[in-house]
Amino acid sequence: MTALSRRQVVLASGAVLITGPALARSPGAPASPANRWGLLIDTRKCAADCTVCVSACKAEMGLSGHDRPLTDAQYIRKIEVRDPVGGKLHSLPVMCQHCAKPPCVDVCPTGASMKRADGIVLVDRHICIGCRYCMMACPYKARSFAHEEQTGQQPHLPRGKGTVESCTLCVHRVDEGRLPACVEACAAKAKGAMLFGDLNDPASEIARRVASEATTRIRADLGLDPGVRYQGI
Amino acid sequence: MTAKTVYLEVRPYTRGWLALAAALGAVLAAALAAVWYMEHQGHWVTGMTNQVVWGMPHVFAVFLIVAASGALNIASMGSVFGREAYQPLARMSGLVAMALLAGGLMVLVLDLGRPDRLIVAMTHFNLKSIFTWNVVLYSGFFAVVAAYLWTMMDWRLKRFYKPAALAAFLWRLVLTTGTGCIFGFLVAREAYGAAVMAPLFIAMSFAFGLAAFILVLLYAAKTTRRPLDEALLGRMVRLLGLFVAANLYFVALHHLTQLYFAGRGGVEAFILAGGTIHTLLFWGVQVGLGGVLPLVMAFGGCRHSVRKRATMASLLVVLGGMAQVYVLIIGGQAWPLDLFPGMEVSSSFADGRIHAYTPTLPEVVLGLGGMAVAGLIILVGISALRLLPAEIRDSTPNR
Repeated sequence: MTALSRRQVVLASGAVLITGPALARSPGAPASPANRWGLLIDTRKCAADCTVCVSACKAEMGLSGHDRPLTDAQYIRKIEVRDPVGGKLHSLPVMCQHCAKPPCVDVCPTGASMKRADGIVLVDRHICIGCRYCMMACPYKARSFAHEEQTGQQPHLPRGKGTVESCTLCVHRVDEGRLPACVEACAAKAKGAMLFGDLNDPASEIARRVASEATTRIRADLGLDPGVRYQGI
Repeated sequence: MTAKTVYLEVRPYTRGWLALAAALGAVLAAALAAVWYMEHQGHWVTGMTNQVVWGMPHVFAVFLIVAASGALNIASMGSVFGREAYQPLARMSGLVAMALLAGGLMVLVLDLGRPDRLIVAMTHFNLKSIFTWNVVLYSGFFAVVAAYLWTMMDWRLKRFYKPAALAAFLWRLVLTTGTGCIFGFLVAREAYGAAVMAPLFIAMSFAFGLAAFILVLLYAAKTTRRPLDEALLGRMVRLLGLFVAANLYFVALHHLTQLYFAGRGGVEAFILAGGTIHTLLFWGVQVGLGGVLPLVMAFGGCRHSVRKRATMASLLVVLGGMAQVYVLIIGGQAWPLDLFPGMEVSSSFADGRIHAYTPTLPEVVLGLGGMAVAGLIILVGISALRLLPAEIRDSTPNR
């Protein structure tokens, strides 16, 4: 386990205090449309060589992989973006963007791809038939297909060969009032580039920053209204 | 005046019949073994990846499904458009259409990540999904064409013949529209995402379906020693030429539209001039062998007998059609999604680079299995029912 410096612990505790989501959802209570969970990612704090969020996601979701990059699942990946004019580099994490109008949900024949009332886009792997149409439809290449038997699974994320999966925004944590693993790890071990919160709550840090600072969405032109926003690109 | 057509079942269990059934059965058995292997191991043993999610099985499946609706055209020509010359072939046309669809659907279903959950697909419907509509359209196609066949074969239902013919024709148009829309409705795949995909698929279906039908007919006539009227065959070859021209027209329209949009220049350069397998298949096989050459054969410039021309042109259209579907499905996915237009990107998840795809043997065998199933259904169909005319000729000899 990586040892944390005092600075990182202070940073992490501050981040948790500032960005901790609302109260945990009581068991059995439905997700509320009053919430719109989202992320704000400040790419200016995101170093090219840092993959803390990716490692945290793999550990949290039990994505052990088979050392086959073309078929192993990746819920979150770091993308290096270079402006051909001038060569300016950006590095940023990309995961399911939890769109308000998700194409993956539109195209899914069985309704396995679905959006919760609070905006989190999920795959119900009990009724996913593995047709991969959602992977054709997603503009963000956010989904992976379980190409083989999975080992090392986590109790909160059962994975099944032959079904499609992607970032759940750590829904199991969010429902307990905790932060997504990537956000927590970025705050604890990196520069706290990721902010999680309720975009519908004007009092939340994320909503206040979105209201007062310039933010962008990847492929905003498609009109899908992603719940993940970026700064610095 | 219309000559009466006599239909006769094909005599089963002859040596040739058994040999053909065994050969088709062997291909089907190999396909099922391939499915068992791929499903048991998981899709990582195929050429498909998280980048190219649809592979050879989809090429075969889409080709067969598209050809299925087109194979019904011969029946529609006779009963909807009043071309009586084609009427004796209407029953065969219906059978071939259903057989091709069954073969295509088998491939599609057996390539699912969870084919055991087919019942889920039949009981959980998301009506916003064009896939769901296709499930309904494909299932309905069997029912509509079966009813249409019944009205052709049972004189007591003669009054339903025209309405059934019209319903089947309209159904097949909607079905192919739906298949085209599977690609047309994708917002971010630059190779598709256009309404022209629907009419393009209809034109493809006309050509592929008629070519498949001609090949089945030639083979059936030859092996059962039934006379096949050359004038009728000549008509069909010219009709095939017309359909091939329509397909080429929509292909040109699609690519010209793409080229006109600056943002789609990259994918067009990749397909049309990238120097990859897709470029070769597009120009060499789809346009050259499967488009221009059949056109030449259909409308002159070729002195071979009509039977030879029909065989060659149809084979080339099938070959070109497979190439066309390959370039569409695989080529379209090989081009990466553009998350940051105008920027250069790279990642551990293959962002920003052309995706490779190498078909594996099990995938191809599964696809061939779909064709074998279609063949078996046709073989059993013409053996059990009076679908194939004793003499395959124009029913309007005085014209």
